[in-house]
Amino acid sequence: MKFAVSATAIDPVAARKSVADNSCGALVVFEGWIRDHNEGQAVERLEYEVYRPLAEKEGAVIIAEAVERFGISNAMCIHREGLLELSDIAVIVCVSSPHRGEAFDACRYIIDEVKSRLPIWKKEHYVNGISEWVNCEHCAAAGHSHRHP
Amino acid sequence: MKIKVRYFALFREQVGVESELVDWSGGTAAELFQKMADKHAALMPEAAALVAINDEMSGWEASLSEGDEILFFPPVAGG
Repeated sequence: MKFAVSATAIDPVAARKSVADNSCGALVVFEGWIRDHNEGQAVERLEYEVYRPLAEKEGAVIIAEAVERFGISNAMCIHREGLLELSDIAVIVCVSSPHRGEAFDACRYIIDEVKSRLPIWKKEHYVNGISEWVNCEHCAAAGHSHRHP
Repeated sequence: MKIKVRYFALFREQVGVESELVDWSGGTAAELFQKMADKHAALMPEAAALVAINDEMSGWEASLSEGDEILFFPPVAGG
């Protein structure tokens, strides 16, 4: 399993073990957590919608690109779907390689590509009862917004 | 020709349906999106929107064939 979408809690220990390799001296892990605020709003919980057929296919392509581009030994990523609570792990990326430099670079590449390329959408539910689809980073930078009371 | 159109996340909420069968005289994915935006006043074109045809990511200039399923993705926000 290189890339997966999970409807249940991510186990970070099992994720790390899946890239264990005696030829590797470096493990880089990125965990994306559900935080309690975004753009001045208090967040209560968060919902991920994933179009699995394409997300799984493109996710595997991103992992293969990272292996090819950075020459790392092992990489994996799991992304959650469904309703998540504060502090839950939304996404995990684990990369192992002989040395740390390429592991850091590959980990960064994987999470950045996952956020910008996979058909995954995030709806934040705020403490004030409003919920809102969250835009991608460059949309947010352009000041677009969509609110759904 | 008949094209199946599917909407996701924000787009599905704007349009109010998950999918619909559309009569289409031919043209690009971008032109079909515009036709749907004209039909559903709430469907707002987005610069960062993505399109897929038959479960493959596609470009907006792709042309469509009878029986294709086209997927309109609002700007994605994983992670």
